Amino acid sequence: MSFLKIKNLSVDYPMRKETVYAAKNVNIEVNKGEILGLVGESGSGKSTVGNAIINLIDAPGKVSSGSVILGDLNIHEDPKNIVKYRGKKIGLIFQDPQTSLNPILTVGEQLIETIQTHLDLTNDEAKNKSIDLLKEVGIKDAEKRFNNYPHQFSGGMRQRVVISLALCCEPELLIADEPTTALDVSIQSQILELIKKLTKERNLAVILITHDMGVIAETADRVAVMKSGNLVEIGETKEILTKPKQTYTKSLVSSVPPTNKKISRFVIIEKENKSNQNNNIKILNRWNKKEIIEQDLVTINNLSKSFDDNFFTESSKNSVMAVDNVSFDIKEGESFGLVGESGSGKSTIAKMIVNLFKPSSGDIFFDNICITKIKDKLEMMKFRKQIQMIFQDPYSSLNGRLKVKDIISEPITLHNPSISSNDLNNYIFDLLESVELSQKSADRYPHEFSGGQRQRISIARALATQPRLLVCDEPTSALDVSIQAQILNLLKDLQEQLNLTILFISHDLPVVRQMCDRIGVLKDGQLCEVANTEEIFLKPQHDYTKKLLHLMPKIESIYN
Amino acid sequence: MFQVDNNISTWGRIKDSDIYHSFIKSPTAIVSSIILFIIFFCSFFVELITPYNPFDPSSLSLMEAFTPPSWTEDGLAKFILGTDGQGRDMLATILYGSRISLIVGFSAIIFSLILGVGLGLTAGYFGGKYEMIVMRLTDVQLTVPSILMALLVDGIARGLISREMHDEMAIYVLIFAIGISEWPQFARVSRAATLVEKNKDYVSASTIIGVSNLIIMFKHILPNILRPVLVIGTIGLALAIIAESTLSFLGVGVPPTTPSLGTLIRLGNDFLFSGEWWITFFPAIFLVILAFSINLLGDWMRDTLNPRLKK
Repeated sequence: MSFLKIKNLSVDYPMRKETVYAAKNVNIEVNKGEILGLVGESGSGKSTVGNAIINLIDAPGKVSSGSVILGDLNIHEDPKNIVKYRGKKIGLIFQDPQTSLNPILTVGEQLIETIQTHLDLTNDEAKNKSIDLLKEVGIKDAEKRFNNYPHQFSGGMRQRVVISLALCCEPELLIADEPTTALDVSIQSQILELIKKLTKERNLAVILITHDMGVIAETADRVAVMKSGNLVEIGETKEILTKPKQTYTKSLVSSVPPTNKKISRFVIIEKENKSNQNNNIKILNRWNKKEIIEQDLVTINNLSKSFDDNFFTESSKNSVMAVDNVSFDIKEGESFGLVGESGSGKSTIAKMIVNLFKPSSGDIFFDNICITKIKDKLEMMKFRKQIQMIFQDPYSSLNGRLKVKDIISEPITLHNPSISSNDLNNYIFDLLESVELSQKSADRYPHEFSGGQRQRISIARALATQPRLLVCDEPTSALDVSIQAQILNLLKDLQEQLNLTILFISHDLPVVRQMCDRIGVLKDGQLCEVANTEEIFLKPQHDYTKKLLHLMPKIESIYN
Repeated sequence: MFQVDNNISTWGRIKDSDIYHSFIKSPTAIVSSIILFIIFFCSFFVELITPYNPFDPSSLSLMEAFTPPSWTEDGLAKFILGTDGQGRDMLATILYGSRISLIVGFSAIIFSLILGVGLGLTAGYFGGKYEMIVMRLTDVQLTVPSILMALLVDGIARGLISREMHDEMAIYVLIFAIGISEWPQFARVSRAATLVEKNKDYVSASTIIGVSNLIIMFKHILPNILRPVLVIGTIGLALAIIAESTLSFLGVGVPPTTPSLGTLIRLGNDFLFSGEWWITFFPAIFLVILAFSINLLGDWMRDTLNPRLKK
């Protein structure tokens, strides 16, 4: 007899033009003491199901049919029921620990308030209970920390507080909606361990909503795979990940970058793989192909960057060293990876290489010329042309007021003002084709495209000046895993055919393993080690690298 | 050969947009824009609406001065809203007056919009000392009441321009005076919006490509900050029209030979206590309706264009 039963649940969002079916006839059962992983890409309806259980669907959405049975009670029957159940029988953990706590109340006040809403306890009893809870979720000095405000906790600690809040009224069902997505790898594994431990100890039924197959592989007992509102497949985690039955699940599993080996291309099952090798010929004709000489294209010497956070005092007393004495070099034609957790300075290095920031000290040499010392704008233009960048957020990296053709034509006309309009059009079409977009795209606006397509436009824009170095700053971390596989394949193809040198920045170790020849590991602005990819993964030298590798969620762990 | 197959017309795009839909669903927006359309049309094509020309002395007859509105006992059918002390038809005078009010209001707001957005955009983009100076300047400007500012400008202008020239130049002085007192709002809003936009990746992308600051500011950032600017521009238009009327009412605005709404209210005010109420009442009501409609339309625009207020 399962504890939570979701029967034929459907959630509709009637919109102006059409009704969006966020969930269609979903049937899920969860037992006590079990973690059910709910996976799917963005828009698949996984969060909708989570919210529907506690009736937190935003208007105009509504549960159009189906029932949610908790224990032996249908909790959707009477709207008053749900208020009693929220918090008391069902605990919730949200994605962003920054926003799920009230910043003007202390952690203790928030815990006591929640406890007293549901349980009949005096102030002292509630306080003791909350301190016990904080201890249980692993917060040291709980008595002292009880009176702290949320901003005094780090991200991971805050998520622990959120978990203690979710647990404070002895719930039997815990819904965790992407609980670790906003956290770094090392904290992620701690939080997941905590959730696993609590599930066992308290005999909870847990629904873990996530897009990360690695997290699922390491935590969930059973998995439900969702796609555009439908439940595709549900079963034992091992079963689903090793022997998926449905095509969608197969393609999902195959697009997850493996952590234990390097593959040449991602297998894309669902969409037919159109990219044939002749695809880029047109743009190749325009490319001034250079002979690859074994030499360093980029050399970075003792690079440092500090950010002064005080406007009035110019002393660097309060400054934060974002990048601290970093040196490495990138050979022509290779892919160099920079990995590190948030705040490690990897994006700052990228921005200095593309000359968005001036370094505080140190030099960057490009093709043996020190580009950090160039003052003359015209002189700089020569290098601007050769170094281009692809950004993380596909939504803010394109100007929404310009048509795609205007976005792509900007770098072309800037560096070649004499180009004829006919030639320009052809060039734009060639570029679009090389990133596997149709020519029709040229006349559309960016908002008509999906995240992955926008990233392709971004790549086309970067290629327009025929750069030698392409800096990719987390190019796929905002994308779904199947789209990520496509974009990574595209980057690999382009690099191969155009002899691009790529600086690939990511926090995602498996992705870096697939993309890069050499890797540098950054921590707090300092470079821990630089080595060939296989060496880093098989024989890491630095302790921090070892720790990162150990903590990274591995989809392969399911095979053991 | 490169034809886009699903080429949607501009009108189709508008019809499909959320703004159009919110407009269709908002009775206030529809009513106020209809009223505004009628007022604009009548003011700028006043020759088609009424046969009278209040500025042509030969067509005026002092015998017909102080005729009350047509529905009253002494009213004449040919003067619907009555006549003023010189026998000018009130309706025609109001429409000619509102034309001047609208021209002054629009010009002043466009002047302050260009000045404010120009300063705010550059201040937000370049930052540093330049930004500090511009923003402190707006603070200073905001401490001076706009009417006082306008009176000051008018006073200086009177000193500089000869008396004969003054009547001709009055309208330009007025536009400058109102415009100079409205720009800080535009500067503040556009600076704040620029600060948000300039940190977005598309601006970085353009910088990396090598696009110059000027082009980044005007081709990339400006179109993206126009929404909030246009909203306060609409509300500012109503304020500018009222400011113009206030100044004209105080006697420092446009001269009585080319009366604006404010001048008409002032002229009529002299007769209010002798019973000729219509001379001041109708221009005043007209001004209220005009400003109110613009404000309602501005409110609707603010609600629609502000994503935070979306329901």
